[in-house]
Amino acid sequence: MSDMGSVAIEKYRNNNYRNNFLHEVEAHVEGGEWVKMCMQCGVCAGSCPLGPHWAHPPQEIFMMIRAGKREEVLTSDSMWMCTSCYNCIVRCPRGLPITHIMHGLAHYAHRLGLAPEKQPTREFAKLFWDNITKNGRANELKMGLSLYFKDGFGSGVKEAMKNKALGQAMMKTKRMNPMEFFGGHGVKDKSGLHAMLAKAREIEDAKFEQGK
Amino acid sequence: MAVATNQTILVVGGGISGLTAALEAAECGKDVILIEKNPSLGGRISQLYKYFPKLCHPSCGLEINLRRLKGNRNVRVMTLTEVSAVSGETGNYSVTLKRSPRYVNDRCTACGECGKVVEADFDDEFHYGMKQRKGAYLPFSMAYPQRYVLDPCIIGSDDADKAKAACPMDAIDLDMQEETLELNIGAIIWATGWRPYDANKIQPYGYDRFDNVITNVEFERMLDPFGPTGGKILRPSDGKEARDIAFIQCAGSRDENHLKHCSRICCMASLKQATYVREQYGDEGKSSIYYIDIRAIDRLDNFFAKVKADETVSFIKSKVASITEDKASGNPVLHGVNVEGYHRYSNPHELVVLAIGMEPSVSRDEFPVDVVIDDNGFVEADESNGAIFAAGCTADALDVNRAVQNATASALRAIQVINRVAAQEAASGAEG
Ligand SMILES: Cc1cc2nc3c(=O)[nH]c(=O)nc-3n(C[C@H](O)[C@H](O)[C@H](O)COP(=O)(O)OP(=O)(O)OC[C@H]3O[C@@H](n4cnc5c(N)ncnc54)[C@H](O)[C@@H]3O)c2cc1C
Ligand code: SF4
Ligand code: SF4
Ligand code: SF4
Ligand code: SF4
Repeated sequence: MSDMGSVAIEKYRNNNYRNNFLHEVEAHVEGGEWVKMCMQCGVCAGSCPLGPHWAHPPQEIFMMIRAGKREEVLTSDSMWMCTSCYNCIVRCPRGLPITHIMHGLAHYAHRLGLAPEKQPTREFAKLFWDNITKNGRANELKMGLSLYFKDGFGSGVKEAMKNKALGQAMMKTKRMNPMEFFGGHGVKDKSGLHAMLAKAREIEDAKFEQGK
Repeated sequence: MAVATNQTILVVGGGISGLTAALEAAECGKDVILIEKNPSLGGRISQLYKYFPKLCHPSCGLEINLRRLKGNRNVRVMTLTEVSAVSGETGNYSVTLKRSPRYVNDRCTACGECGKVVEADFDDEFHYGMKQRKGAYLPFSMAYPQRYVLDPCIIGSDDADKAKAACPMDAIDLDMQEETLELNIGAIIWATGWRPYDANKIQPYGYDRFDNVITNVEFERMLDPFGPTGGKILRPSDGKEARDIAFIQCAGSRDENHLKHCSRICCMASLKQATYVREQYGDEGKSSIYYIDIRAIDRLDNFFAKVKADETVSFIKSKVASITEDKASGNPVLHGVNVEGYHRYSNPHELVVLAIGMEPSVSRDEFPVDVVIDDNGFVEADESNGAIFAAGCTADALDVNRAVQNATASALRAIQVINRVAAQEAASGAEG
C-alpha cells in the first residue's frame, strides 16, 4: 500500500475522468460498477449502526459520487468507519455490495494519498499490514505495542499500562508470547513470501496505471 | 348448455378479469365455462372498500357484471373447481377439472338457518383472518352464487348434522363427493389473479412481532362497515382509534430480496387509503406516506395531486429501514433517513400500514400446464403458449381498469381460436 503522491493526483485530475467521477469509481473501485444501480431509497443509511456517527452514510456517498464530488468523497473518513457488519448489504433492495464498495473506496483513496492521515482505522490497517507481511504471521505483541506507541512514547506507555491486565491475560492463555518481541514466529520461506507480495504489488500497480 | 367441445372457452379464475373475459366471449356467442376455486365469484376486488381513482364501491361494478352473467346462457359457472391437468394443443385441449364438494345444493335460498346452529369458529378468509366465521356460511354478502357452503372441517362432526337438521329446504347434502371432470376445450384463459406478498418475510418491519403493523389489504377490510372493526380504524393491540397513520410504500416490492417488480397499484392504494383517513377523521386525522417515488401515471396523476394538496397528508421520501415498538404506547417507531436532506428520523405512529405488493396467486411450479412465465412469475404472451392466454393479474400487476382491458384482449384472442376451429370443422363437415 504505497501512497502515490501529489504528482499522480494532479495527473488524475487532468485526465479523462475529469468531471466524471462516477466513471472513475467504476474503473478503479472494487464494486464501483454498482454505484449507478443505487436508487437512493435510504435503507442502507437507515440500517447502518454507525449512521449517526459518520459524516456521510453510504446512500449519500453514492449520491456524492454521481454528483462528481471527488475531493469530498475521497478525503472523507466515512468509508473508513464501516465495520463490515453487512446490515446494509442484506437489506439493500437493489442488491448493491455496499460494504465492499465502502472498503473499495477507502482503499482507492488511500492509494491516491487522499485518505485522512490520522484516521484510526486506516492507521490500524497500515500497522497490521506491515506487521503481518514482515514474517507472514501476525505478531500480536508487536502489533499491540506499535498501536500503543503510534502517537509517541509518552502516550504509548500510558496506553500500555491501561491495557496491562488484558496483555497479561493473553499471555497466560498463550494468546500472546513475550518472546515474540525478539523477531517472533513466521512462515518458513519468508523471502518467497516477500517476492510474491512484490509481484502482486507490481501487477496491481500496472493495473492502476493502465486504468488511468 | 350442452357438453363442452373444442369450441368451448375455459376461463380459470372468477375475479374481475375472469368475469370480464368470460362475459366478453359469451356475449359474442361463444360457449364459456368459468371455473373458480373459491365458493364464490368476485375475487380480490370484493375485498376492497373503494376503488381509486373514482372512489366508488367495487360492489357496484361487480353487481353489473353479475347481472350480465345472469342474463347470459352461454356461460356455465363452476365454483370450488380447479384445473388439475391440461394436455393437447391449440383448438383441441383435454382438461381435467377437480371439483370439491360444497355440501349445499341449489335448493339453498341463503336463509342462514344452518349458520345459526353450528358452533365451531374458523378464520374468515374474506377478512384475511381478522374476523371469525361459522362452519356453515355465505362467503360474503354479495357472493355469487348466493348459496351457503359447509367448511369441509365440520363434515363428520355434530355441527354438520345440526346444519342439516336446521335446513328448511333440504339443501344440505353431506354425502357430496369430490368430482373429476374431463373436458374438451378449444382455448383457455388464465385469470387466477394475485395474492398479497407475505408480510412476514419482511423481517425489519416486524409484521409478525408488532400488533400495530398491518397490511394494506387488511386496512381495506377495516373500512368495511360490516367488516371486522365495523368500519372503524382500530388498533389491533388495544382496539383504540388510530388517527396518526403511516404508510410504507414498496413493502416487499422493487426489492431483490422480495418481489423484484413494481406492483404498480400500491402507490395508488395508499393515496386512496389516505382519503379513507380523511373521510373518517376530517382535519383530525394524519397520514404519513414513506415512499421511494410515487407511481401514479397518466390520468391517475390528478388523484395524486388532489391527495398531495390535503394538509393532513405528508410525504416522506425514504424507504423505512426498520420498525421498533414503543412498549408503553404500543406505537410502532419508524427508523430511517429522509433522502431530502439526509435527516435521520425515528418517528412514532399509532398504526402502520405496509403497502404490500401483488404476486401471482399461482406460483411457477404450481402451474398445471407448460407456459412461458417471466422472472416475476407472470405469464408472458408467447406463441409457444398455444391457445392459453393470461388475463388480468396473471399477466401483470395491474389495476382494475387495466386488468379489464387486458382480459378483453385475451377474450378476443380466444374467440379468434374458436372461430378458426369452427371454420375448420365446417370445412371438414362439408367435405365429409
Ligand atoms: C391494497 C390494494 C388495493 C387495491 N385497490 C384498487 C383500487 O382501488 N382500484 C383498482 O383499480 N385496483 C385496485 N387494486 C388492484 C385490484 O385488486 C386488482 O387489479 C384486481 O383484483 C385484479 O383482478 P383479477 O381478476 O386479475 O385477480 P383476482 O381478483 O385475484 O381474481 C382471481 C380469481 O381467481 C381465483 N383463483 C385463484 N387461483 C385459482 C385456481 N388455481 N383455480 C381457479 N381459480 C383460481 C381467485 O379465487 C380469484 O377469484 C388494489 C390492490 C391492492 C393490493
Ligand atoms: S439501500 Fe441500496 S438502493 Fe437504497 S440507498 Fe442504499 S445502496 Fe442505494
Ligand atoms: S457494513 Fe458498513 S456501511 Fe454497511 S451497515 Fe455495516 S457499518 Fe454500515
Ligand atoms: S343451506 Fe339451508 S339452512 Fe343453510 S342457508 Fe341454505 S337454505 Fe338456509
Ligand atoms: S406502485 Fe408504488 S408502492 Fe407499489 S411497488 Fe411500485 S413504487 Fe412501490
